[in-house]
Amino acid sequence: MSPYWLLHPCSMSIARIFSKSSERSIQAVPNAVLLGLAIALALQIFVKIQGPEPRAGASDLSTLPSRPILQLAAAGDPSPLAKLLMLHLQAFDLNAGNTLTYGALDYDRLIDWLGKILELDPAGQYPLHAASRLYAEISNQEKQRKMLDFVYQRFLADPNRRWPWLAHAAAIAKHQLKDLPLARQYAAALQAHATAPGIPLWAKQMEAFILEDMDELETARVMIGGFVNSGQIKDPGELRFLDQRLKEIEARITAKKKGKNAAP
Amino acid sequence: MTYFNTIIRLILIEAVRSRLPWLLLIVIAISFGLSQFLGQVAIIEAKEIQATLQGAFLRVTAVFIVATFVITSMVREANDKVTELLLSQPAPRAAYYFGKLAGYTTVAAFVAVIFSLPLIFFAPIPGLLAWAISLAFELSMMAAMSLFCVLSLTQILPAISATAAFYLLGRSLAAMQLIATASVSKIPSFADQAISTLVNAVSLVLPSIDQMTISEWLVDAPSPERLLASAGQAFLYVALLAAASLFDVYRKNL
Repeated sequence: MSPYWLLHPCSMSIARIFSKSSERSIQAVPNAVLLGLAIALALQIFVKIQGPEPRAGASDLSTLPSRPILQLAAAGDPSPLAKLLMLHLQAFDLNAGNTLTYGALDYDRLIDWLGKILELDPAGQYPLHAASRLYAEISNQEKQRKMLDFVYQRFLADPNRRWPWLAHAAAIAKHQLKDLPLARQYAAALQAHATAPGIPLWAKQMEAFILEDMDELETARVMIGGFVNSGQIKDPGELRFLDQRLKEIEARITAKKKGKNAAP
Repeated sequence: MTYFNTIIRLILIEAVRSRLPWLLLIVIAISFGLSQFLGQVAIIEAKEIQATLQGAFLRVTAVFIVATFVITSMVREANDKVTELLLSQPAPRAAYYFGKLAGYTTVAAFVAVIFSLPLIFFAPIPGLLAWAISLAFELSMMAAMSLFCVLSLTQILPAISATAAFYLLGRSLAAMQLIATASVSKIPSFADQAISTLVNAVSLVLPSIDQMTISEWLVDAPSPERLLASAGQAFLYVALLAAASLFDVYRKNL
């Protein structure tokens, strides 16, 4: 029985396949060698157990090289490198015990990483998914805005593929940042640029509902009315819902007008 | 002692006759050209970029040269029946193995010293010294690993493949551990735990090569403790490989 399995579990059989010569019995090995092997292996394992576990820190997120250097490193196939870099980046916030919060990261550097990963693999959705779903959902508003702006800028480069992340960014702007103009800006961009047939109508209707929240009822009414009359909506349930919404808006407009007239 | 010294001398003669010094000079010339090119392109931190990239290039090339030299030298010796001749001498087999290890370690140290010289122009002396010492340790460990692989696998291709796999794994295991423990869900699944446990188990029997000869040291010198830890790891792993290789040498039939 060879002790190779202690070092490499498969090497015993592999060594037999490749080795031409027969071996002597284990009795040919001096006891000092066996003892030395056991001690050295035990020491190696002890040292590794005692040593510090690999841990990522916020400051460890180094600057990525420029795009040409990354292209060079990718050796003509940038997509696998982009995916590896993304997994490496992910390890900075999801490391053992989740001790490092997303907010502890340097967001300028983080955006640089995400941007370069996206440039290496433009079809990849992971960087924008992480940007809108992980890095933008923190309690630091300044960093949140930076990340949302990153999502917005990158959405414009490929709206039909990247619309889900801007839709989520609009929701964060509305519900977490309570910044309705910003949410409207994102929703308007979504409606204007995301034109592929597969994009759901709720995404295109976001602006109208945000306008309603902003109390810009006339514009919201025109917009929802436009959706209803465009003939794009075929689902009777959705049409009924929009119709109901339109009636509510009109009721609010009437109430508002009455209130204004009653005020003087 | 004569037997031991003869084996070392044979290895050094082989290194010279296989044009190793010329190969080292050519690699240095290429790395020098590469660093000059990068220095021209860089807008800021040109020296740092030159030192770091040249250092990384030299380190990987040094590992490749040392590992290939050890493996091809041992296979050639076995094919020429010199191994059988040496093992049939009235000397303990341990003397044969330790002679080999000492000879290849000397070659490794020589490669480390030669490859450190061109970096004098770009890196501060304390950082360069630490880098060179660590490179010597790393190359010695790789020489021991190559020796272990060639003694057990006996052929060039499997031995080089195993040595390369060991080196790549040793360099990237810490990153793999980080990624393996980075479960997206709050409660890791069974697969997450299994992978993480497997990677952690493998890391116990592999040296932390990623903590050795770091290119960053060519810009900022490491603390002595870090260098000492690097040396300790190399010594321990060489001892482990020596014990494992001796096990094989003693079982070898002539």
